Amino acid sequence: MKYGYYPGCSLERNAIAYQQSTMAIAKPLGIEFIEVEDWNCCGATEYFAIDALAAYALVGRNLALASQQKLNGDRNQLVAPCSACFLNLYKTDHYMAEDNKLNANVNEALAAGGLHYDPGTVKVRHLLDIIVNDIGYEAIAERVTKPLFNLRVAPYYGCMIVRPASIESFDNPEYPTSLDKLTHSLGAEVVDFPLKAHCCGGHMTQISENTALELIRRLLKNAADYDADMIVTLCPMCQLNLDAYQENVNKHFGTNFHIPVLYFTQLMGLAFGLSANNLGLGKEFINAKPALDKISSEPLKKQRRKKRPPKETLPMPTMPEES
Amino acid sequence: MTEERIGVYVCHCGTNIAGTVDVEEVSKWAGEKLKKDGVVVSRDYKFMCSSLGQELIQADIKEKSLNRVVVAACSPHLHEKTFRTACQKADMNPYLCEMVSIREQVSWVHTDKRVATEKAKALISGGVLRVAKDEPLEAIHVPINPATLIVGAGIAGIQAALEIADSGFPVYLVERDSSIGGHMAQFDKTFPTLDCAACILTPKMVDAGDHPNITLLTLSEIEQVDGYVGNFTVTIRKGARYVKEDVCTGCGICIEKCPIKVIDTNFEAGLGYRKAIYRNFPQAIPKYPAIDTEHCTYFLHGKCKACQLFCPTQPNSIDFEQQDEVIRIEVGNIILATGYDLFNSRRIPQYGYGRLANVFTSLEFERMCNAAGPTEGRVFLRDGITQPKTVGIIHCVGSRDKHYNNYCSVICCMQSLKFAHLVKERTGAEVYEFYIDMRTAFKDYDEFYQRVLQEGVNFIRGRVAEATDAARLPGEEGKLIIQAEDTLIGKQRRIPVDMVILSAGLEPRADSEEVAKKFGISCSSNGFFIEKHPKLDPISTLTEGIFIAGACQGPKDIPASVTQGAAAAARVLGRIQSKELALEPIRASVIEERCSGCRICNDLCPFNAITFNEELNVTNINQALCQGCGTCVAACPSGAISGTQFSDEQILAQLDGILSLPINSGKVKTLESVPA
Amino acid sequence: METNLQTSRTPTFYDEVIRDTPGGDPNLEMCIQCGTCGGSCPSGADMDHTPRNLFAMINAGMKEDVLRSNSPWYCVSCYYCMVRCPQEIHITDIMYTLKRMAIKEGLYRESSASEAPGFSETFIHYVENYGRSFELGLATWHHLRYHPINAIRMASTMGLELLRKGRMDLTPTRIKNMPQLKKILKKAKAIGGTT
Ligand code: SF4
Ligand code: SF4
Ligand code: SF4
Ligand code: SF4
Repeated sequence: MKYGYYPGCSLERNAIAYQQSTMAIAKPLGIEFIEVEDWNCCGATEYFAIDALAAYALVGRNLALASQQKLNGDRNQLVAPCSACFLNLYKTDHYMAEDNKLNANVNEALAAGGLHYDPGTVKVRHLLDIIVNDIGYEAIAERVTKPLFNLRVAPYYGCMIVRPASIESFDNPEYPTSLDKLTHSLGAEVVDFPLKAHCCGGHMTQISENTALELIRRLLKNAADYDADMIVTLCPMCQLNLDAYQENVNKHFGTNFHIPVLYFTQLMGLAFGLSANNLGLGKEFINAKPALDKISSEPLKKQRRKKRPPKETLPMPTMPEES
Repeated sequence: MTEERIGVYVCHCGTNIAGTVDVEEVSKWAGEKLKKDGVVVSRDYKFMCSSLGQELIQADIKEKSLNRVVVAACSPHLHEKTFRTACQKADMNPYLCEMVSIREQVSWVHTDKRVATEKAKALISGGVLRVAKDEPLEAIHVPINPATLIVGAGIAGIQAALEIADSGFPVYLVERDSSIGGHMAQFDKTFPTLDCAACILTPKMVDAGDHPNITLLTLSEIEQVDGYVGNFTVTIRKGARYVKEDVCTGCGICIEKCPIKVIDTNFEAGLGYRKAIYRNFPQAIPKYPAIDTEHCTYFLHGKCKACQLFCPTQPNSIDFEQQDEVIRIEVGNIILATGYDLFNSRRIPQYGYGRLANVFTSLEFERMCNAAGPTEGRVFLRDGITQPKTVGIIHCVGSRDKHYNNYCSVICCMQSLKFAHLVKERTGAEVYEFYIDMRTAFKDYDEFYQRVLQEGVNFIRGRVAEATDAARLPGEEGKLIIQAEDTLIGKQRRIPVDMVILSAGLEPRADSEEVAKKFGISCSSNGFFIEKHPKLDPISTLTEGIFIAGACQGPKDIPASVTQGAAAAARVLGRIQSKELALEPIRASVIEERCSGCRICNDLCPFNAITFNEELNVTNINQALCQGCGTCVAACPSGAISGTQFSDEQILAQLDGILSLPINSGKVKTLESVPA
Repeated sequence: METNLQTSRTPTFYDEVIRDTPGGDPNLEMCIQCGTCGGSCPSGADMDHTPRNLFAMINAGMKEDVLRSNSPWYCVSCYYCMVRCPQEIHITDIMYTLKRMAIKEGLYRESSASEAPGFSETFIHYVENYGRSFELGLATWHHLRYHPINAIRMASTMGLELLRKGRMDLTPTRIKNMPQLKKILKKAKAIGGTT
């Protein structure tokens, strides 16, 4: 399967581990990524706060380049691994389609650079989306050669991959489960992580560090309360905040968290038996090795049949889950 | 043919019309300019619908020998009957009176007086040309079968059934569940007086069960409805109970002996269990148990029969061979009282229902409070033994939210107040209620709010953002935390509680669309059955002979449901007493020579009035079923269907009239519409 | 006593907010003051006005107080409010609009988040000149400007660590066709407005 690829600034450096591991797993999964040539920054959450039209035009340039370069024939699917990039690209395409004036203005600006973009021509998707929906859990499970038995993983989605919800959202905006299922198919034990879609602090680390540290603390505490060996994520900003600021959190709150934060692609690589060096392991601040050492080659013996709850216990709800 | 002598009457409707339309001018104009079309008199009057206004028309009919009348006023929906009756009293055929709507179609939707006045003239001109083509008609009379079908035996249906049966007429009361009583039977206390639901409901249930005029059909579904007002034929499938009602004494030994216990998602709302042979509750009507074939081991694996073994009756009451029965009944009127479904709280994952054990729905909590329920009325956490020390109650779950249901579910505020009281009374726990707006309209409701305030319940005005088990602070460990903005102080608050109760909204029955279709009525965009008029006729539908009552028409509480049940019954009784019904003669009819037998119209009729005569190869329209909607008239490619009162001739004449005015020739430029 | 409260909705400010929010009607007039947004906001505790409160103030025409509020700057774009709002109000987008208006009016300086726009501006400086963002430059610049001590700490611990692990560059990367991007951005700014 061929896809257009928009790495975004973070994957060039800070999230280099995400980039390396994405490329590493692409091969066994039969994915070919074709990078948009000469792409520019998506504006993160900053540009929109200063000049909306310039921000849309900035993103618009990427979409225009992607549609022009016809990266993968007619399918024109553009994959972004970073949640902020994904959202900005998706939203710009979507809002240009919704809002004629915005569409006209963005195109007027693009025309100054000799470019044009028709909303709807590029279908923007997050990396996780194509992996779970185009490849599928079963196909992934089939590639697993070193299952992650005995590793307790808290799947963390953050905000911008599932929100704002649109008709095309590939997962629930409140309680997403795709990363849970993916992690499960790698053999790991999945923590039902209540804060899985809560905020990592975003740019607050730069604006009001105390606010950010509190947001990060909540996530770490909750993961620790649930006995997670590690947090797995899909966004460079989330990874940076939870990983690089963990020490600051500890200092600030007198806590003692040591929860490594890896990208889901790194875990996939490990489960596929790829070498740690190709997966960017070791780039994390909180060393993941002790956690990874817990992985056992045999599934832990199923705990003895769960004790029947005492007879007074009232049954749990049976209303069907929303599909 | 006698010459047309037409009178035109233009109503001011106070300032409703006169404020935007120059009625005097319009009337003068009609008298002069439409003389050529047969107008002999034209008048305007402040309120045409008043007796004085009507007398004006009647006097003209007599003195000026009018034979046609056009009233330009409000909508025919409101006053067509008034004016037609007035004409009839003056010995004119009522169907030679036409209304032109210059209020709904003109004054209420325009602001420019000049334009509005011109438009009113155009419409009147159309009305005059059309009335000239009208034919004198006679109303159609149909006999009314005195029997009534009531679908749904909740409190609304039971009430309606008793009213009719007590007046001496036969009722078929059809219920899908194994016993009657509906949601009310699941409740413990009822607001605002806190009388016990069972104490006030069971006498009515017993009555309905024993009444000589009521035929009770439980475990039954309507399969098909044929016929029309006064003469419906209804096919009912009565599901097998596998218990012989004529021998079973209701002793309940079979239930005791049945080895299979499953979660009862129906009556116990999932909070308790029932056996594979079950009875919803001890006082259930009818008292006979029923076998749940999905769980009975005999039905699943062919073994067991414990119930049969222990049944003490002679002959044995258990009958594994029983089959569904198809019953056909004839009735004159039908009342739908099919009730509501509870909103599925799992659709709001941030409230944790289904994931967090101690989050309960309102219906679960009702069962918990009910002395006959799984905890015998004691308030416990999911472990079944621990009393909560703090309880949070969340309003508006699934209501007033564009993502779920865009309407207020009406009962949740009062229900939540009742819960708060019950929690206090039974556990003494601290209670927090989270609400958007406190809606306690109706008799004694706000007094109840006062009472609960006095009991020391904490009220936080703010819709809950989430209920979570993710503790942030030491005090939150092991608790459920409800996070909301206290909008009255503008601050976020996190309240740790032991138990959360979700006041889930009321929804239309999952199959309401299907049911509506079966009975030839329609559902609103929300899915509730549509009434004929939201204020003035909330219990009728647009289909003659089909009435609605209770929560199937929209969310409502017990008093309102009872009221509607009784009102629908009163309407039906009126029909039965008058023995026959006069129907508007506005009907479609087939001009057989023109019908090519193409059958295009056959499936289009929303009232199933069209049948096909195979022998003659032509379509027939049943005059009593046809409601004159005109769908088939428009669809027929051969022009073989004509609508009485809507013939091509009439419509074309009306168009000619409307188009004859300058307003349509570009001279009066724009008709500026204001949004309704 | 001076008061900003007006007896009727000031059409200008209210309408400005709606007008400057791209992506279709933001439904601002539909707010029922339920507080779902304020309750959901991860930064809610640090904001001087919850989003709900801001909307009531916009409705009351309290332009200056709204634009002086730190709330838009504390918004982390998590979109929780937006997906939960029962009235489908485009809350997060409105927060962006308020940031832009606060900068335009210069009122953010009086908010307790006065340095936030600076961060955005530094970020944009790199984007406009290199086409890419540049974490090292961004963080040091921002911190040098507002927290000189912090900057040193940053550089000495986290920064060094990022460098050491190859997660940070010493120089920014520049895209090839920078002139094209510059032209586009210049044009966009000349068109101005938002939609
Ligand atoms: S009655 Fe009250 S709680 Fe129920 S939906 Fe209406 S406002 Fe909400
Ligand atoms: S007019 Fe035609 S479609 Fe309408 S009710 Fe009569 S037969 Fe049916
Ligand atoms: S959630 Fe929506 S309706 Fe409620 S206060 Fe916030 S903006 Fe207003
Ligand atoms: S998007 Fe902004 S305002 Fe809304 S909840 Fe998140 S941080 Fe708060």
